[in-house]
Amino acid sequence: MSEKDKPARKSIAATSQMKKLMADHFLSLDAARKEGNPKIAWCTSVGPAELLQSMGFLVYYPENHGALLGATRMATDCIPLANAIGYSPDICSYLTADVGAYLKKETPLTKAYGIESIPKADVLVYNTNQCRDVQDWFSFYAREWNVPIVGVHTHRSVRAVQDHHIADLAAQIKAMIPVLEQVSGNKFDIDRLRETVGLSLECTQLWRQVLATGAAVPAPLTFFDATIHMAPAVVLRGLPEAVEYYKALLAELNERIANKIPAVEGERHRLYWDGMPVWGKLRDLSEQFTSLQTNVVASTYCNSWIFEAFDPKDPFESMARAYTELFIVRDESYKEAYMDQWIKRFSVDGAIFHDAKTCPNNSNNRYGLPQRMTDRLGIPTLVINGDLNDLRCYSEEQTRTNIEAFVEQLDQMN
Amino acid sequence: MSVRFAAGVDVGSCTTKAVIVDDEPKIVGSHVMYSGTDFQSASEAAWDKALKDAGIESGDGIPVVSTGYGRKSVPFSSRTVTEISCHGRGCVYFVPGPITVVDIGGQDNKIIKLDAQGRRVSFKMNRKCAAGTGAFLEEMALRLRMPLEQLNGLAESADGEVTLGSYCTVFSATEVLEKIKAGHPVDRIVRGLFHSVVKRILEMDTLTDTVVITGGVIEHNPFLAELIRQYTQCPVQIPPHPQITGALGAALYALDGGSKDSSK
Repeated sequence: MSEKDKPARKSIAATSQMKKLMADHFLSLDAARKEGNPKIAWCTSVGPAELLQSMGFLVYYPENHGALLGATRMATDCIPLANAIGYSPDICSYLTADVGAYLKKETPLTKAYGIESIPKADVLVYNTNQCRDVQDWFSFYAREWNVPIVGVHTHRSVRAVQDHHIADLAAQIKAMIPVLEQVSGNKFDIDRLRETVGLSLECTQLWRQVLATGAAVPAPLTFFDATIHMAPAVVLRGLPEAVEYYKALLAELNERIANKIPAVEGERHRLYWDGMPVWGKLRDLSEQFTSLQTNVVASTYCNSWIFEAFDPKDPFESMARAYTELFIVRDESYKEAYMDQWIKRFSVDGAIFHDAKTCPNNSNNRYGLPQRMTDRLGIPTLVINGDLNDLRCYSEEQTRTNIEAFVEQLDQMN
Repeated sequence: MSVRFAAGVDVGSCTTKAVIVDDEPKIVGSHVMYSGTDFQSASEAAWDKALKDAGIESGDGIPVVSTGYGRKSVPFSSRTVTEISCHGRGCVYFVPGPITVVDIGGQDNKIIKLDAQGRRVSFKMNRKCAAGTGAFLEEMALRLRMPLEQLNGLAESADGEVTLGSYCTVFSATEVLEKIKAGHPVDRIVRGLFHSVVKRILEMDTLTDTVVITGGVIEHNPFLAELIRQYTQCPVQIPPHPQITGALGAALYALDGGSKDSSK
């Protein structure tokens, strides 16, 4: 099949605006790296970014860099360098790809934006709400550059978020302020924090509305679009430009719904995706689903940047709540109820679970959840083995056959 | 009245199988050969031989569905269907549902569950690793310096078993060498290897209803079915020619009709 004949999902016009936003983001970080001003804070993607922005830091997100390493297929060549210095191939492949790229002195930012290297951190700020690996990841750079590292240790496997969880987390966030004041040279200002939290809230509400458009039949966007368009919600939330961007994206998607324009031509089946994207195979998988007239309309992963608990009136407690209410922090019963709700609301025919070899916290198939989902909801499930970044753990042909067979099964059921 | 024919070609990682059925449907011709490295040539050769076996002069106009690892490399097929669907369909031809199909292939294993109507309920393939597949037994035969064909007889006649613990084919080979050095009889080691294959299968999914075992591995190593029988309370059946079940299923899909698949 020639390149021009390959099935393609319908492209989103707002993408060019997003690319410019991302370019500006990385170019400002690069300018700050060269000039030493403003100070640069590294932050986990679901960490306390609002506090850092309110204190005048430019915020850099290594997980975003990890995903870029995966999407550009540089990761698999970088990971072995980290393995060789003692970071196991079984731990987070964002970590190993990023550390490996640092050791190789390479970054996808060079080809994308002409940037020589990643921005060196003045301070590293983590939140363990996703996993412990982020702390180990940031600790590598803290040792490498001899810069301060501070963090928040989130409670895990939380069933119902309790006041004591919030009080503890809020206290941990506040405790970082003296270090951040010292590094930034700026005094903490509660009004600036309120303003930033307000912008993050607006951003996240718009992001939820963007994802909710996937409930329309036919859906105006796919999981593969969402993995790309979530970038501003990850790295620019708390800034007005992210809000403006999502307003534009939402308007475009709503127009598609009004005109019944599908993202996948001839949409026949609608799927839910659980787990991380396989970053290096996004395009291949998107093309396969499109050729099968099947749309992945909802996912756990892209929902991870919905933080509706933000409240400018109560910034610390609401940040603590927002970052604890996340799916990944919760126990199995919460996760099951959450997925059921999205699956029903999005008229989903089947669910695919990506068992990512190096990301146990984002692989929800490992404790019998798919089988229970099939029993409860009567929808078929499929587990595919792979990884977010390490393509050594991914079998192309097996995955393609599994997906094709799964769609044949859905055909048979209809 | 002229007979209508249909065909299925299953291009597996190790062998290519072609089956021709009439409209009864009854198998009228088949052929099995090594896939080698050129799937297209293998599919064409298997197709020619199956036609000859059926006594059909020309394949022109006979609808063909291709399946298996190399299903997209069959230029004369009208469409492709995955081997998961085809093995299910081929098994239901012999054994009515509900059944659990266990397909032990050259490089992957599948467990496919079908309901009373023969519709697929679920399926699982082995994970990334080829432990428990035909490739595992091939590697072990090589280590033991014995022809692959001798394994079944040795496993069956062994009066005991040497337990092998490793998941991994390479580590299992090391274990086998250790057992030989320790003086264990080869037939008991081979019985242990067969058990290892069965354990890998049982880890994949539960076996329920009637278990139907297919694939080239069971065709040449039927003692594996005996071991599976020992582990499960379910009745176990092997179709008459289990290596061609996937190609048969493809032929039955071809008999249903269907348009040319442009995605090939």
